[in-house]
Amino acid sequence: MIAELGAFALALALALSILQTGLSAAGRARRSPVLAGAAQGAALAAAGAIALSFAALIYAFVVSDFSVSNVAANSHTDKPMLYKVAGAWGSHEGSLLLWCLVLTVFGGALARARGLPFGLKASAVATQGALGSLFLAFAVFTSSPFTRLDPAPFQGASLNPLLQDPALAVHPPLLYAGYVGFSVCFSLAVAALIEGRAQTAFWPAWGRWVRPWALASWAFLTVGITLGSFWAYYELGWGGWWFWDPVENASFMPWLAGAALLHSAVVTERRGALAGWTVFLALLAFTFSMLGAFLVRSGVLTSVHAFAVDPQRGLMLLAILGIAAGAAFVLFAWRAPQLKGGGMFAPVSREGALVLNNLFLTAAAATVLLGTLYPLILEAASGATISVGPPYFAATFTPLMMVAFIILPAGPLLAWKRGDLPGAMQRLAVAAGLAIVSALAAYALWEPKKALAAAGIGLGAWLILGSLAEVAERARLFRASAAETLRRLKGLPLGAWGMTLAHLGLGVFILGAVVETGFKAETARALSLGQSVSAGPWTVTLDEVRVVEGPNYLAEQGRLTVRPSDDRGRASTVTAERRFFPAGGQTTTEVGLDFRGLDDVYVVIGERAGSPQQPAWVVRLYWNPWARLIFLGPMIMALGGVLSLMDRRLRVGVGPRRRKTA
Amino acid sequence: MRRLAILMAAPVLALMLTAAEPPAAPDRPLPDATQEARAQALFKDVRCVVCQHEAIADSPAGVAGDMRRLIREEIAAGASDQAVRDDLVRRFGDYVLFTPPVRAGTWLLWFGPFALVLLAITVLMLRARRRPVEAALLTPEEENRLDEVLRNEKLRRDLDATSPHDGR
Repeated sequence: MIAELGAFALALALALSILQTGLSAAGRARRSPVLAGAAQGAALAAAGAIALSFAALIYAFVVSDFSVSNVAANSHTDKPMLYKVAGAWGSHEGSLLLWCLVLTVFGGALARARGLPFGLKASAVATQGALGSLFLAFAVFTSSPFTRLDPAPFQGASLNPLLQDPALAVHPPLLYAGYVGFSVCFSLAVAALIEGRAQTAFWPAWGRWVRPWALASWAFLTVGITLGSFWAYYELGWGGWWFWDPVENASFMPWLAGAALLHSAVVTERRGALAGWTVFLALLAFTFSMLGAFLVRSGVLTSVHAFAVDPQRGLMLLAILGIAAGAAFVLFAWRAPQLKGGGMFAPVSREGALVLNNLFLTAAAATVLLGTLYPLILEAASGATISVGPPYFAATFTPLMMVAFIILPAGPLLAWKRGDLPGAMQRLAVAAGLAIVSALAAYALWEPKKALAAAGIGLGAWLILGSLAEVAERARLFRASAAETLRRLKGLPLGAWGMTLAHLGLGVFILGAVVETGFKAETARALSLGQSVSAGPWTVTLDEVRVVEGPNYLAEQGRLTVRPSDDRGRASTVTAERRFFPAGGQTTTEVGLDFRGLDDVYVVIGERAGSPQQPAWVVRLYWNPWARLIFLGPMIMALGGVLSLMDRRLRVGVGPRRRKTA
Repeated sequence: MRRLAILMAAPVLALMLTAAEPPAAPDRPLPDATQEARAQALFKDVRCVVCQHEAIADSPAGVAGDMRRLIREEIAAGASDQAVRDDLVRRFGDYVLFTPPVRAGTWLLWFGPFALVLLAITVLMLRARRRPVEAALLTPEEENRLDEVLRNEKLRRDLDATSPHDGR
């Protein structure tokens, strides 16, 4: 009964979304606030209906209603409650419902947004409704999670055990909040093109309206990707955190486009310039989100994470992508030449720096796109199969980004319109000097000597110190009295702190990524009880292996002692497991992680080897120096995004309920 | 009751845990440390041909173990890194390396990103030269219109609030 209610609510949401589109478009055409208001009501009702539908699905999972085929395929009575709930978005159908939920909730928030001019808002609500209609139709007609099974099985097939993990339980909702949040930027961009305001005065206001949505989506996406990466790091037991896997790339492309959008929207807001380009990026970010949905769900790419390998549904998603993005970009091509550029600026200026930022971020996104799709295109065109992996991105993406990072700290120190480059460089001299010293020190002190890694450390330090130098400059540190500096620090808008944190977080991430990649060590050995293995400065001894019973798995659990090889420092104990899930017949690894300052000592226990008289287990030991920073950095960046979002100047144009609903 | 069943199942479990994947012969590192380091570096660039998007360095699959052994043997026999790569490509095709080959069909892949940046910079420089660099402000009429648009937001427009030159 509950499942039927869910299916009904889903269909109702589709009807409401279509209604929302029609009413809002009619309201716009007839300039009727009544019709437009009704459309906003429909948008809120659609969000409510999907929320009800989603609640029904979660209920079916919580009570293990195996007569619902989606529950039977993805749940099991022995599963812990958290994973029963998370199972609701563990499959193609459930995650699509989550996608629709986020889409309509953002649509509802857009409908409640205040301060937008009538025409723009009506067009945006209509566009958002059209997007909702497309995805909801796809959900209702091909991917309803509420289809029944008769007879119902007594037990479910359980969720893929790899997904039974706290980080992965919350990863999809955050990731989708980011992906789909860009839909509002998309709708606002389409609306701006429809309204076709040629006046320059329109664009600063539009930039201000679009920026909070871009900021919120980007911050969500940052946290979502980081959690996913952290999950891959400690759950897959391979010692790495990013492998340029197509699905990783699929989430990274909207992130890059969104980051470019954030910066470009600042120029549009402040100076009315780059309007066409900002609109383009707003369209691009959500197009990349839709492309990601297609790549992950169609099975055209082989990936560790790909799910729902179904060409038929993939084709329909491609059609949705084609319709939505196609229509938007045709509109763009038609209207963009009429968009009047705003304020002029000299090449050396804040605007100029932000244009460079956009250039590099867009080129980086294009590189990721090329690397992800090229094997597909080449195979279709010539039949040749190639693999594009980490070495390709290290040779293309990394140098592009490095150039961007070298320029980055100068940007915030340049004035709008016409900047003073020698002045900015002078203010950054201390930061640059310290960064060079840290690179040289890293080269001199760390074995083995690696010039590239040392340069990377210098770059990370440059970003961190450069961001701090900018704050110091604004506070007139050491040049004014301490009281004056403090007063100035307090007076800085939250948006400025947000920017500083985001750039600083990027530097922290780079330090972690460079040191981890450059200096990590790994060893694998078959160990009997009492034997040891060493990697880097750490030695691990296998103390005990026993069979333990989890709620829905059995495991061989190894207890190991981690201590410094030179015996200076404390020893600690970690447990690593190899779990067997009878429900699906799969085996997973639980990594033993010992946090040592910024470093991780990472232990994986493998299959049993050795003779029955003297059993042994293959133990893989990784020393991942500074790995903590890899996940800390993006969190700082996301925090920067949240701070900017809370800035007084951005709180306009969005309803007061926005943050609650998002 | 369930605990008892588990206890009885333990020997079966031990079997299952080992039987879930065919136990690959444990890796035997090369005695020469430099050769082993070369092998490890190669493992990161070689795709496990039965896995999804995984290097043989990370894959637990049996085939990946076989490929690692093959590479170690070749290195021990004195083959250069390039010879090992060529041999792998001969056996498995270009697909086996995560570094795509540079040839006519992949020029766009390899040089596209840089060409894009160069093109964009060229366009920007040409435009900058054509345009007057004079910084035109909004006309007073446009200012008024912007204020009007933003009025219902109860906002004071803070022009260039983040400029480093403010408050001097």
